[in-house]
Amino acid sequence: MDRQLTAWALAAAQALLFIAAAPLLAGWLQRVKCHMQNRAAPAVWQPYRDLLKLTRKKLLLADNASWLFRAVPYVVFGATLLAAAVVPLIAVRLPTAAIADVIVLVGFFALARFFTALAGLDIGTAFGGMGASREMMVAALAEPAMLMAVFTLSMTAHTTNLSVATEYILNAGLVLRPSFLFALLALAMVAVAESSRVPVDNPATHLELTMLHEAMILEYGGRHLALIEWATQIKLMIYSVLIVDFFFPWGIATEFTAMALAGGIVAVAAKLMGLAVLLVVWETVMAKMRLFRVPQFLGFALMLGLLAMLTHVVLET
Amino acid sequence: MSLLEATLAAPLIGGLVLAFIGHRPLGGWVNVAVGMVTFGASLAMALDVFAHGPQLSSGRMFYIDAFNVYLVVLTAFVGLTTSIFSRPYMRHEVERGRVTDRRLRLYHSMYQCFLFSMLLALSTNNLGVLWVAMEAATLTTVLLVSLYRTPESIEAAWKYFILCGVGIAQALFGTVLIYFAAENKLGGDRDDTLLWTVLHNSGGNLDPAVISLAFVFLLVGYGTKVGLVPLHNWLPDAHSEGPTPMSAVLSGLLLNVALYALVRIKMLVDASLHTNLAGHLMMGFGLLSFTVAGLFLHRQHDVKRMFSYSSIEHMGLITFGFGMGGPLATFGALLHMTVHSLTKSAIFITVGHACQLAGTQRIDHIRGLIRTQPAIGWGLLIGTVAIAGFPPFGVFISEFLLLMATMKSWPWLTIPLLLGFGVAFAGLFRHVQRMVFGEPPPGQLPVEANMLPVVVHLLLVLWLGLAIPGFLSRWFEQATLLIAGASPL
Amino acid sequence: MGIATLGLYNQAIILFASLALLTSFIMLAQARMLPLIFTFAWQGLLLATVSVLVAIVTNHPHLYISAALTFTLKVVLIPWLLYRLSGKLNMHYDAEAIAHPTLMLLGGVGLVIFGYHVSQSIVHLSGLATRNTIAVSIAIELLGMLLMCARKSAVAQVIGFMSMESGIFFAAVISTYGMPLIVELGVAFDILVAAILFGVFFFHLRDSFGSLNVVRFNRLSEANEPMPLPEPPAGEHP
Repeated sequence: MDRQLTAWALAAAQALLFIAAAPLLAGWLQRVKCHMQNRAAPAVWQPYRDLLKLTRKKLLLADNASWLFRAVPYVVFGATLLAAAVVPLIAVRLPTAAIADVIVLVGFFALARFFTALAGLDIGTAFGGMGASREMMVAALAEPAMLMAVFTLSMTAHTTNLSVATEYILNAGLVLRPSFLFALLALAMVAVAESSRVPVDNPATHLELTMLHEAMILEYGGRHLALIEWATQIKLMIYSVLIVDFFFPWGIATEFTAMALAGGIVAVAAKLMGLAVLLVVWETVMAKMRLFRVPQFLGFALMLGLLAMLTHVVLET
Repeated sequence: MSLLEATLAAPLIGGLVLAFIGHRPLGGWVNVAVGMVTFGASLAMALDVFAHGPQLSSGRMFYIDAFNVYLVVLTAFVGLTTSIFSRPYMRHEVERGRVTDRRLRLYHSMYQCFLFSMLLALSTNNLGVLWVAMEAATLTTVLLVSLYRTPESIEAAWKYFILCGVGIAQALFGTVLIYFAAENKLGGDRDDTLLWTVLHNSGGNLDPAVISLAFVFLLVGYGTKVGLVPLHNWLPDAHSEGPTPMSAVLSGLLLNVALYALVRIKMLVDASLHTNLAGHLMMGFGLLSFTVAGLFLHRQHDVKRMFSYSSIEHMGLITFGFGMGGPLATFGALLHMTVHSLTKSAIFITVGHACQLAGTQRIDHIRGLIRTQPAIGWGLLIGTVAIAGFPPFGVFISEFLLLMATMKSWPWLTIPLLLGFGVAFAGLFRHVQRMVFGEPPPGQLPVEANMLPVVVHLLLVLWLGLAIPGFLSRWFEQATLLIAGASPL
Repeated sequence: MGIATLGLYNQAIILFASLALLTSFIMLAQARMLPLIFTFAWQGLLLATVSVLVAIVTNHPHLYISAALTFTLKVVLIPWLLYRLSGKLNMHYDAEAIAHPTLMLLGGVGLVIFGYHVSQSIVHLSGLATRNTIAVSIAIELLGMLLMCARKSAVAQVIGFMSMESGIFFAAVISTYGMPLIVELGVAFDILVAAILFGVFFFHLRDSFGSLNVVRFNRLSEANEPMPLPEPPAGEHP
């Protein structure tokens, strides 16, 4: 009984750590990017300050905003929070692992995206509608690619459970699996598209021609905006942790001792920092694509996902 | 040096020598002389094989049996007569300014290299070398197709290069598959498993699944070079845009060599497969080519293009014959290969003169040949009569044999065959009749023409039509025995 | 037999073969000239590496020659030739518009499945642990053909052709430990001559058509309209 309680406490702590660390990852990303581009860098905790500032601001709502518009930030944040709670960050075999299914994860993301798009439409501005339609287009193309990639992994691990799959890969040792390589590439491309990064979207601009995600949430302010921004940061973190879990699970805690957990934290922090550097390099060398090139980009991701599955079937069985 | 080595070395050395002196007036004569040496050596070798049976060279690199020796002689012969024709023809082209000295040198050199690669393909015992030689035959002719450097000829050469390249790559894959199957059955630690003799002697041992897959790839690959529909697109372009002697040897020889490769493979496949898959595939492609090409004959505006469609038609018929198998059909197909080569190269030679006479290849602008220069007019008329399958020419006999064989084993298929003959006949004559008779445009002057090769070829075809000489018929019989496993007589 | 039970060398063979397959797809999606040439060179390098690995695993020293041939031709000579030619023709920064890029990629995936299907009937004969890479070699060949059919630029077609050839060579390495030496040398010689001839043709094509876009090669067709008349030589046609 006691063990179970500890496990639940650990699971809750991990979820809290997850959402608490998400702005930190965003801040680190921002800082590395500024260094890379020879700009003066803000402090790593700048995202926390921004969130705090936003929550303090007075909430302003458009005249024709309905209840939906007000509910959406909470729905989005809630769905993202749930998604974050199931992804193994520092330890596997937590009690939340029972619902840690990749397809559930994709479902949470779809839910959040659906409501964001509704909110964009609800307010009735041109930007909201445009952003919603673009976001849906990207999502429709990204989701199959993502599913293909995760299916490949689950075919290898014989499960769609994140926690079990991670542990399987951890125990298998170093195997040069081409299917994992392709799935990694596909997942990375999807992650870039889904978390609104260059070259699909640019989170730092409000230029009307290129906005995707930003266009939908243009009408939000105050704590609503804070919640949505926070949810976006968590989403980026979830994708990063997924990639880290699947492809480089080494270091994650498999038992609940203080040493193992501390090791897990250090390992995941190091891996995420490294991944963020890679992302920054990618964003620096790539230019934002035209919107019409995005389907091609995601088509390539889908192709990689299919190829991953095929190489698994053809070469690895 | 054995006779076979002499046959192969003559064109190779000739090609090298001509690469240096090919542009001199002497070049044309050297070309003829090399052709003569090749033909003489091949003839002597043929008599030797005829007397003593199949020969396997030391090291098992080359293998000569009744089937390929007759093609070697045919190739050397048509190569010789075409070189006799090409000497004055190319001189005329140089005078007209269509060909520079450098390109003439290239032409002469590549002509002999092309003959060498064909002879190598025919005589080699190694299926891999066969592929290499077939590819070399493409490579040597591709610059000749674009010899005039007109946009049309360059486009034709590009198509030829790309399509044949893609096709022949499939054949390479098929060869790899055969090697794979052979290594599996005969053991992997020996390196002679790609030799045709080894494969043929091990008959019936290769894995059926691999072999049928290999045959499909090889059929597509070598079938592209044979010009089987729907892989024929390069052929009319390459024939119509290249210099006429090239059209004559491409049509009369290269297609034969590609078909030879296909038949060799079919012999292997049949031994291992015990079904008639290979034969049925060849029959299907052959009949399709025969029919489609016959229809296309009607809508041609370019005389060389028209006759190249006629080549596709005849190659389709021969493929159909080999596919049908059986002694009678095989005998007919072998005979048809010979008479088609002779007749078609004679026609292309005549057409070359006719085009020089009229200054164009457009059918609409070639008129009244028989009045301006009776020799060319009659040559074209008789050649067309022969290729359309009129008695008493040899084409009639071979087509008749094929028709008989069809009637015996596939009675229903005689209807499309007969229809095809009719369609092709109408297609040829509606154009040729106007070219030969018709009103010559004013000011049309005779050209210097060497009709000797045409006369010799057509006389030979006539001879084969009246009576197949005993030694030749025994020869065909031996080849038939080899391919079909039974004698036709 | 799972991949995890294989030795490291065999795993590496599979990995590099799949990467070569990936380069085929990248070539399909790559519209710009220079990256296309470089991707082709990468494919050659991967295949040469696989040949070396197969030579080590199966103890066929003869395959080192295959690997050396592949390396010389596909990594050094042909890419260098294409690089130089496209530089001379001012095409380094050309990009062509690819029609239906995503459809083409998915078609390519279809070809991989087809290749797998075809290879299924033959792989059981091979004793090699990595025999399933035969499917990859067939796929590389088919993808090269797709590249040739789908592209309009003559250079891309040549690259497709060479990639096809690489696929076949790879099939020979993986299924039969290479062809007999004389055949391999002959094939390599043919490829080299073909590459040089392609280079000659680029110049001819540009001089005649003003570009290397094969869409412009439409003078010869079965259209009912007669072709444009060649210039009649003076004096023969009044």
